[in-house]
Amino acid sequence: MDGTIHTLQEFMMRTKGIVYILAIGFLVGFTAFWHFLWDREPRQKDLEKDS
Amino acid sequence: MADAAVTTSSEQPTEAPSPHKRSLFSPFNIIAAILLLATAPFAIMRFTGGLGAVTALDHTNPWGIWIGFDLLTGVALAAGGYVTSAAVYIFGKEEYHSAVRPAILTGFLGYGLVVFALLFDVGRPWRLPYPFFVSQGVTSIMFEVGACVALYLTVLFLEFSPAAMEWLGLKKVRWIVVKLTILLTILGVLLSTLHQSSLGAMYLLAPSKLHPLWYSTYLPVFFFVSSIAAGLSMIIFESTMAHRYFPHLMDQRHKDESNKVALGFGRAAALVLAAYSAIKIFGIAADNNWAYLLTGYGVWFLVELVGFVMAPAFFFAVGVRDRNFKLIRGCAIWTVLGIVLNRFNISLIAFNWHLPEAERYFPALGEIAISIFIVTLGIVVYRFIVTRMPILYHHPDYHD
Repeated sequence: MDGTIHTLQEFMMRTKGIVYILAIGFLVGFTAFWHFLWDREPRQKDLEKDS
Repeated sequence: MADAAVTTSSEQPTEAPSPHKRSLFSPFNIIAAILLLATAPFAIMRFTGGLGAVTALDHTNPWGIWIGFDLLTGVALAAGGYVTSAAVYIFGKEEYHSAVRPAILTGFLGYGLVVFALLFDVGRPWRLPYPFFVSQGVTSIMFEVGACVALYLTVLFLEFSPAAMEWLGLKKVRWIVVKLTILLTILGVLLSTLHQSSLGAMYLLAPSKLHPLWYSTYLPVFFFVSSIAAGLSMIIFESTMAHRYFPHLMDQRHKDESNKVALGFGRAAALVLAAYSAIKIFGIAADNNWAYLLTGYGVWFLVELVGFVMAPAFFFAVGVRDRNFKLIRGCAIWTVLGIVLNRFNISLIAFNWHLPEAERYFPALGEIAISIFIVTLGIVVYRFIVTRMPILYHHPDYHD
């Protein structure tokens, strides 16, 4: 496979495949980013326990 | 007319300094007057001499900075209105309630200035109502753009009107409009979603003119998502400015909630910018445009994506984690600049990118002057409203 795209089918297969892989990477990365953003916030459960 | 009374807490109203007692020759007024007087002749020339007298526009470049800056950027930065009212009235985030009126005012003035700028840009401005009353052209994306601007401006006017009615003492009419708040909020979100995305959709008409890195079938999504980040950042920026220049007009609730608004909106902006970065990359992958990243335009695209989307997303997150309000407010300005850059790239820099340098558009002095005229006018009107109407404080006569 030399990476040349000859048909629309090949183009769609390749681009869609890459987008799906990127989307999975994004979901993992976004989850990590979410934790990075929230990990210093006290959890509701902890707040209730303290009170 | 209602008194300009301000409460330092919800129970203890105090008198705010009346703007009418101040000298007319304040530094702000002098600078604004100079700017308006210096640029007004260009505005007059536009209507006496036509577009050719003040612009560098031609058939190859029919849209210049009045579209790229005044319209596209103005609409994106006015998104704070629907973002804040949706957060408070639809998602029940009452802790941001103090941000609603400033956000609605910014949105209303932003859209008002967009229509004002269109009067300069459209060849025959008196025909602006034609799409509604004479020749609809409902299959055109421009019809959607026009309809959304007109309808959303009306909705913003109604959402803003309670503040003006409190100032004028029109209690009964205000009561009716306040009862419509939820309906207006839903209409506002609906129309904004349509309108922000339709501005992106407008550029789908020019696949051969817009550089492939900026052109994507996802353009409507890009415009909509980036407008949310722009709106959130604009509210943080506006709150910072209000704190600096109008602290005497703010009640205790607005002052107390200011950091809460910065924190909450900063967190939301970080998430939205992270998602926006991802869908921009999906856009490159979907069209297989990776090779363009190695060109000059590719480097510029990466400057925009990494420098003005990913970096502010990360630093917003750092600011929120560390409760570093200075960093959050800095990131808000950074993001606003990023949105301006993005709209400039799409409408000017990456537009007609294949043309030789001599045929590329560069704004004429008259276009820049009229843009300064419009922005200055907007700031003057904002200041006029904020110093007279209950925007940054809760009017003591109304408790709903």
